[in-house]
Amino acid sequence: MTTVNLLCTFERLGETQTELRATPVPEGQIVGETFTPAEGCEVATGWEVFSYQFGTLGSELATETQNVLVSAISGIPYILGYILLIVIFMFVWRAIKSFLTPKRDFTSLKTVTFGDESAVRSETAASILSVIVIFIIWGTFTGSSLIPSFLHLPGPFKGEASFTYTALAPDGTTDDAEVFVTVLDAGEEAAEVEIDPGDGFAKNDQVAVTIYRSEIVTWDRNDDVSRRDDAARIVAINGQPVDFDYNAEDEDGNLLQTPPSFDLDFARVAITNRGTINVVPDQGWQMQPLYLPAPEVVWNRFIEIAKYGYQNVYLTVHLGFSLFRVVVGFLLGAIIGIPLGYAMGLSNWFRGWFDPIVEFMRPVPPLALIPLVIIWFGIGEVGKIFLLFLAALWIMAIAARAGVSGVRITKVHAAYSLGASKWQILRHVIIPNSLPEIFTGARVAMGVCWGTVVAAELVAAEEGIGKMITTASKFQSTDIILLGVIIIGIVGFGIDMLMRWGERYLVPWKGKA
Amino acid sequence: MSGLAIDNISMRFDLPNGGHVQALQDVTLDIKEGEIMSVLGPSGCGKTTLLNIVAGFLAPTGGETRVNGHKVEGPDAERGMVFQQGALFEWMSVRDNVSFGPRMAGKRKSDYMGNVDHFLDIVGLQDFKEKMVYELSGGMQQRVALARCLANDPDVILMDEPLGALDALTREKMQSLVLKLWKETGKTIILITHSIDEALLLGERVLVMAPRPGRIHKEYRLPFAEMGVGADLREVKEHPDYAPTREEILGMIWDMEEEIMGRTEGEG
Repeated sequence: MTTVNLLCTFERLGETQTELRATPVPEGQIVGETFTPAEGCEVATGWEVFSYQFGTLGSELATETQNVLVSAISGIPYILGYILLIVIFMFVWRAIKSFLTPKRDFTSLKTVTFGDESAVRSETAASILSVIVIFIIWGTFTGSSLIPSFLHLPGPFKGEASFTYTALAPDGTTDDAEVFVTVLDAGEEAAEVEIDPGDGFAKNDQVAVTIYRSEIVTWDRNDDVSRRDDAARIVAINGQPVDFDYNAEDEDGNLLQTPPSFDLDFARVAITNRGTINVVPDQGWQMQPLYLPAPEVVWNRFIEIAKYGYQNVYLTVHLGFSLFRVVVGFLLGAIIGIPLGYAMGLSNWFRGWFDPIVEFMRPVPPLALIPLVIIWFGIGEVGKIFLLFLAALWIMAIAARAGVSGVRITKVHAAYSLGASKWQILRHVIIPNSLPEIFTGARVAMGVCWGTVVAAELVAAEEGIGKMITTASKFQSTDIILLGVIIIGIVGFGIDMLMRWGERYLVPWKGKA
Repeated sequence: MSGLAIDNISMRFDLPNGGHVQALQDVTLDIKEGEIMSVLGPSGCGKTTLLNIVAGFLAPTGGETRVNGHKVEGPDAERGMVFQQGALFEWMSVRDNVSFGPRMAGKRKSDYMGNVDHFLDIVGLQDFKEKMVYELSGGMQQRVALARCLANDPDVILMDEPLGALDALTREKMQSLVLKLWKETGKTIILITHSIDEALLLGERVLVMAPRPGRIHKEYRLPFAEMGVGADLREVKEHPDYAPTREEILGMIWDMEEEIMGRTEGEG
């Protein structure tokens, strides 16, 4: 079975379009001899295939670039606002600090600080404030109960309100009626209340809407006139006239007028194409819990999951499995990778043998291997640990190689002149000398392993912190997704702190030679 | 026979571009036991190559070196090295650095600790023996390097610009220390230096080498090293022979340097 590229020209919506189609050639036909392409198509030349592909790619990328730029530009005011906030806090903090403790230490006496790297230290106050500000912004946009309510952005409208509509009967008379709107919290039941229908042919209506939802009011349901039978329609909302006839159509069925909408103080009220009323209560500026739950919601979820688990798996089990995979994968990678790196650092032949393998495998992200690993090993532990092993292996091998190559020849010469044997030099000079590099590599490898395990669990796992996130995303439990992200961040940070602490303790000479 | 015999050493190696370098040509030297000899010369005269051959890190293309009557085949504990810097083991304390040689030889701790303490005393680092070497200043580190070399009890000590990285004041103190150690231990010492003063003050014999090909240009026998033991080195410099000798060697090396410059410019 062979395939041929056809360049087809056809008309769609009055425009002439060209499309490249890969088409199978039927059995027994030969391109250029017995094969006849479909109508409007001809066999594309190599150049046509090339230029078509790059033309479409180019136009698609141009559109995408436009989208990205629009998004980026729309973010600029927020970024500038945030920077302004940071700078304001900086000046306030400096003023407070110089007022409280006029410090005269060496750094504060420096006149050149801009460009002096040694004068720039991480300001603890700024770090604390930045975390607090993140939580405040989070709380502001979610109406969190943790922060005072004056910091909240306006929330969605809740409670009762009403508006009037004026209906036009076929005989030309009009009548007013009121619509009572109750906006309810999610999950709240509307209370059954009898309302006074009022006088005239238009009767009062009531409607219950859940926050962040909208509701259609079929206003003529209880009226003496109806839209279908009498072509009754609304001519005013809250006294503001409406000039819209949903029956006025051209011969294609298109409306002649655009349906109007009104911004009332509690909702947006729109007339639909069918003449009913669509009520959209004000959503305010806060994020819906579906998109971003409040911090305390996430915290409560954390307590709940820690105590009772999520989907019958305890948080400790999720976290334990993830950490187990990382630790085992990393250790296996280090056990193989470090001797491999030493061999590469000490022998021409091993260096030459493994250089192409290592240099090829190093830029391949472990995530790209997930599908292959699932096909080879299934979704069990072996596959995931193999993946983490690969992630750690190359990093550790390269770190060990760099550590060996970094040994100063004078140290080795000195050791030989002191009578050390090759084995003693490996044990007492080369290995200790490579430890700082190996630790740096181990820190990187642990970071990569942690990132990889989460991603691998997203794809296939029974338990694990990444699996928890995937499950939660299927049920739209944003709070658990967020909780998972926070846990991943904290654990990753903790691992790095642990490695740094180990480094200070085990290789105190690092960077001091 | 003890002492050091350098017999007709030549060193010639190929370059990747097809040419070759004659780093040393027919260098012959006899150094008696307990002699201290300093080697001077412009850069590229092969003095470091010569030292590396004696240490056994390089194999010469011609001739041989004999120590204590046997041929040098590779590095050995009988020939200790002191490098300019960076040869200490940062992951060990001062004491572990100094006791490295005996420990590697598998000696018992009780056998070598007295010796190690003795040399730590001589270089004045008894109070610092528990410190890590990266906590010490450059001058102290070089004293550790000297003590480490001596504690291994080599027959010959090879010094490759051991004081080159130190500041002028520390350097003068260290020069006195080197003389003191030489006299106390009676070791054979070869010292490579770029400083003419250092060469004159520390060398019973001063060897001036010439480049392209590396060879011995002139040799001096000087009294200053003997005079300097236990004395103020500034007084030694006041000796009537000191300044003329210094001038002579300086002129010699300048001439060589100028010749090199001229040749390089001519080539360029």
